Amino acid sequence: MKMTRLISAILALSLLLSCMALLSGCGSDNQIVIYNWGQYMSDGSDGSEDLVARFEEETGYDVVLRYYESNEELYGLLTSGAIQCDLVIPSDYMIARLIEEGYLDKIDYANIPNYKYIMDAYKGMAYDPTDAYSVPYTWGTTCLIYNTKMVKEAPTSWNALWDTDYKGNVLMFRNSRDAFAIALQKLGYSINTTSETELRAAAAELVKLRENWQGLVMDETFEKMEGNNACMAPYYAGDFITMQEVNPDLDYVHPTEGVNIFVDAMCIPTGARNKAGAEAFINFMLEPDVGKANIEYIAYSTPNSAVYDLLDEETKNNPAMYPAEDVLAKAEAFSHWPEATNKLVSELWLEVTNG
Amino acid sequence: MKTKKLSVPYLIWLTIFVVVPLVFVVYFAFQGENGFSFENFSSAVKYLPTLKKSLWYALGSTAVCLVMAYPTAYIFSRIRADRQKTMLLLIMLPMWMNFLLRIYSLTIILEKNGIINKLLGFVGLGPFNMMNTDGAVLLGMVYNFLPFMILPIYSVMSKIDNRLLEASSDLGAGALTTLRRVVFPLSFPGIITGIIQVFIPAASTFVISQRLGDGSMLIGDLIETFFIGSYTNFGVGSAISLVLMVLMLIFIGVLNLFDNEDVGDMLI
Repeated sequence: MKMTRLISAILALSLLLSCMALLSGCGSDNQIVIYNWGQYMSDGSDGSEDLVARFEEETGYDVVLRYYESNEELYGLLTSGAIQCDLVIPSDYMIARLIEEGYLDKIDYANIPNYKYIMDAYKGMAYDPTDAYSVPYTWGTTCLIYNTKMVKEAPTSWNALWDTDYKGNVLMFRNSRDAFAIALQKLGYSINTTSETELRAAAAELVKLRENWQGLVMDETFEKMEGNNACMAPYYAGDFITMQEVNPDLDYVHPTEGVNIFVDAMCIPTGARNKAGAEAFINFMLEPDVGKANIEYIAYSTPNSAVYDLLDEETKNNPAMYPAEDVLAKAEAFSHWPEATNKLVSELWLEVTNG
Repeated sequence: MKTKKLSVPYLIWLTIFVVVPLVFVVYFAFQGENGFSFENFSSAVKYLPTLKKSLWYALGSTAVCLVMAYPTAYIFSRIRADRQKTMLLLIMLPMWMNFLLRIYSLTIILEKNGIINKLLGFVGLGPFNMMNTDGAVLLGMVYNFLPFMILPIYSVMSKIDNRLLEASSDLGAGALTTLRRVVFPLSFPGIITGIIQVFIPAASTFVISQRLGDGSMLIGDLIETFFIGSYTNFGVGSAISLVLMVLMLIFIGVLNLFDNEDVGDMLI
């Protein structure tokens, strides 16, 4: 009898403790909790340099890495207050939303001398006009990837996705923001439009595209394009380079209507326990040789001038990673949609996918 | 008294991870802009076609699972005991791997340039378009849920005494009559459990349809988008979940009418 009471007490206690551990997370002065995208920091795999280990060795901080899959997921984590975290790397439009809603803290640039390396082109971006809250990490563009052996002619416009000759052979983004951007650009509208008429017109285009697409994809794009299972897919230019290494028949184009340019930046959430540590980490990531090791591993484009100078000529001149001026001039970055537009687009997207 | 105390940890677990979340679902479902209301339910009405489609898929995959599982379970239960173990192991083996990984591997098999089409290509057939179709989704569901049909039916059938079958044939019944009048009634509780174990998770399936289908959503995917996304709406998401839960309860209730004795078994 005594024994069972003891056992049940121990079990109950351990259950409670484990719940509390989950809820509170553990924190010490020395610890930095970083929420990042998967495979988005050089971590020692595939012969790359383990940057976190090097940072820990140089500074004595203890870094805890956690991952999220989408900006929306990160938004949910930060706004629910369920996580304790010191550094996040969201994309432009989500940074704007987080700033507006008060979830990001101002960065103390006195602790980040390496900020001087950031190119002027990536300062004062629309999502954070005063650069008070974010330090650019990487950038890139969307593009149209196609299989040269499977298309009748090289596409130059988003229109090619709607070409009925490719019925059942084209792919589309499984996220509403990227999908609407393509339909809006096809129609010649801004990807940040809040006009209901324009958004409805874009939704109608997507409904038409539904007849043509094989399916909605995200990471599956790699397998589909590398294995000749689809002839055309809009995706991120950095990932095109990875796909082409596997399948040399692939090529890409920045469609004439324009593309989306995105910037992912390092930010410190309000309520971070270790702001100084987070700033030290940001400064570390901006070191030229650290930045070079990182960018070579993740294969996106760098906003860091010192890192860019260190890159080999082949990378510097790769137009998929560093597109020509005319492409960049027509590229548009996402800005944050107001709540009403988010609601409308989410409803339209459900109509498109459930039509 | 003793057993009650032992169940305390489980009760705490149940409260934190089942009861409390359920209370939240009910609360969100009935929480309108100005307090209590049914507005979440009225805005969920337009997703009825998705619900209908999901139920059809669930029904279809349950039927296919039953047709495939019943003879399999019967054969398993009648072979030598040591072989039974091997067979069961083979059925369980794929379940040791996460279902997402199994769905990914299905895509590689079904793709236009996938393994099946490549093999068919050698004999001059195809290529067939199997990926991103309704059939692929159904296959994914059957593949995923089949063991949950085989195992309960097998466990009931393996308890059927061989002497009963011998007695049946001694009394002049043919194989079919024995099956219909002896094996089937005795294995009925297993069938009910199997149907419940397949139908319920199948009805709320998500991811499978996203990965193998043509981009349209099932009810599980729909609920997901209301909780994760650029525009979340916990109210409508909870309302849909609640409707689904009530439908499942009715479903279990109806099945219970057929088989009163094994209520406890079935709910497990």
